[in-house]
Amino acid sequence: MGFTLAEKVWNNHIVHHEDGSPDLLYIDLHLVNEVTSPQAFEGLRNAGRMVRRPELTLAMEDHNVPTSGLDKPIDDPISALQVQTLRRNCAEFGVELFKMGGEEQGIVHVVGPQLGLTQPGMTIVCGDSHTSTHGAFGALAFGIGTSEAEHVLATQTLPAAPFKTMAVNIEGELPPGTSSKDVILALIAQIGTGGGQGYVLEYRGSAVEKMSMEARMTMCNMSIEAGARAGLISPDRTTLDYLKGRLKSPQGEAWDEAEALWLSLSTDPDATFDAEVTLDAGSIAPYVTWGTNPGQGIPITGSIPSPKDFEDERERKAAERALSYMGLEAGMAMKSVPVDTVFLGSCTNGRIEDLRTAAGVLNGRRIKPGMRMLVVPGSMKVKAQAEAEGLDQVFADAGAEWRFAGCSMCLGMNPDQVGPGERCASTSNRNFEGRQGLGSRTHLVSPAVAAATAIRGTISTPADLN
Amino acid sequence: MQKFTTHTGTGIPLRRNNIDTDQIIPSRFLKRVSRSGFEDALFAEWRKDPDFILNTAPYSGGSILVAGTDFGIGSSREHAVWGLLDYGIRVVVSARFADIFRGNSGKAGLLTVQVSEDDVDRLWDLLDREPQTDLLVDLSSQTITTPESVIKFDVDPYVKWRLEMGYDDISLTEQHADRIEAYERRRPGFLPDCRFQSA
Repeated sequence: MGFTLAEKVWNNHIVHHEDGSPDLLYIDLHLVNEVTSPQAFEGLRNAGRMVRRPELTLAMEDHNVPTSGLDKPIDDPISALQVQTLRRNCAEFGVELFKMGGEEQGIVHVVGPQLGLTQPGMTIVCGDSHTSTHGAFGALAFGIGTSEAEHVLATQTLPAAPFKTMAVNIEGELPPGTSSKDVILALIAQIGTGGGQGYVLEYRGSAVEKMSMEARMTMCNMSIEAGARAGLISPDRTTLDYLKGRLKSPQGEAWDEAEALWLSLSTDPDATFDAEVTLDAGSIAPYVTWGTNPGQGIPITGSIPSPKDFEDERERKAAERALSYMGLEAGMAMKSVPVDTVFLGSCTNGRIEDLRTAAGVLNGRRIKPGMRMLVVPGSMKVKAQAEAEGLDQVFADAGAEWRFAGCSMCLGMNPDQVGPGERCASTSNRNFEGRQGLGSRTHLVSPAVAAATAIRGTISTPADLN
Repeated sequence: MQKFTTHTGTGIPLRRNNIDTDQIIPSRFLKRVSRSGFEDALFAEWRKDPDFILNTAPYSGGSILVAGTDFGIGSSREHAVWGLLDYGIRVVVSARFADIFRGNSGKAGLLTVQVSEDDVDRLWDLLDREPQTDLLVDLSSQTITTPESVIKFDVDPYVKWRLEMGYDDISLTEQHADRIEAYERRRPGFLPDCRFQSA
């Protein structure tokens, strides 16, 4: 019997297998940020250990960094100390670091792919759950904790528990105005925040084959929001076209060798999955979350559900609590919900295609008076590209703020926060209570819906503007 | 890592599903560079509510958290585990855990016990009726003992062994140094490195 893509990548990385123990996997790329690494480096120091393969490790200042006023020191002394600590650790242990404001800096999950560091068949880890983004290339990529980060720094390996496989079949043609963000929100609404628990998801089907690499990254990025260990997609011509010529992509004969290996990784026809779920792409509408976890989403044309709609007592209570936190009434039309802030950015939707989509909607229009719209490119390279295309001017003319790169308002660890009781339409990945700032209320949306919402002031699609 | 064999303590019925790690420890506490002292950060927002279970005696002194399904979803922050341990929680009971949270728990010495939703319901009812009830969690026999019943739970045998011995993973892996070196010699030459002249 054949193997799935995920199984092949896993099997190619087994350093040691012993029945009754987790497999010891080799890690090809370890990404590091300032938030989850200080205690890992401290652990190494206390034990007198070195970083085994510093050249397979890349560090990034992304979570804490301000997105404006980069010529000044970081205001928040605790954030500043954390960034300083990363700089000190990287210097001491010989790890490459991209600092805030530098031309290669950005959200680590945006930077890895654009440099060609993310390649099919690799194992990639980072102390950040959205590492699943890199699965779009057919890499096995997953988030780890700080103890595991220390383990990878010390040994370049990780003991990993076995996983189950789930095929996510997305067949058909996505309707105009919808995107891979809507697909993944629809999937999570269907299977729930725990539906993928224990599984590596493989996105397959004609709709996936037609998606760009950036659209695939958006989908893989939110695999963790379905509780999955990872999410990945078979490498194909689209993957190769994206990788060709990138700084760290193989060249010449090495490319030929790599291409042959990459294309052999696809799931074998006779391989079986432990579970399977199918979505009809043609029936997917723009999705918006109404509650306080990413599974609480509905099509934009729908109404806020009533707790009475839920048979399970736990879900009913969760819905009651979510509506109360979100300040919403059951039965309200989603499109009537007024918004104060729009955030366009994050490792989910902060790439150039996302900015182009939003700029296309905003072009020649103004956002609603009183509305605050923050546009935060996923990386400095995305920022430069957008500026070369004049997108920054479109955003500025529309009344939006154009910023430097970072995680920003997705989790509000820097000064970019949503105020208490304020409502934000956000292209990010989590709508948890307080995620974007104390008391903040988040609706997860696609870039197109974010832009249209900024203009109308209520949750909207571009079609509503005509 | 702290060893875990048995633990007796007060149970805390936390009747919520989908408790994400942003709730367990909000992101503003993630700016710290230390590995201890996170007890104040645990459920920091929810604890502002005087009626929250951790503000209610005797639960506030509890050490066994009995929570709803899908505990620990979201961010990979291990600070969530440190916050629970620093507060004094030694065991979390739930019908389902998020993978990364569960993995982090096993590394740091926090026992995660997965039981059925019915068992969680029974524990919640018991802890509501008899708040002073002590629960006994025994890793070796994989049981939670209450005055009313004995609940069996599953645990990964490897995680169980590590918790019982208090072993840390790095020293175990270092015993395979020769295998790691052998693997490194086999890696394809085209794989990328992270060296940049311009950076």
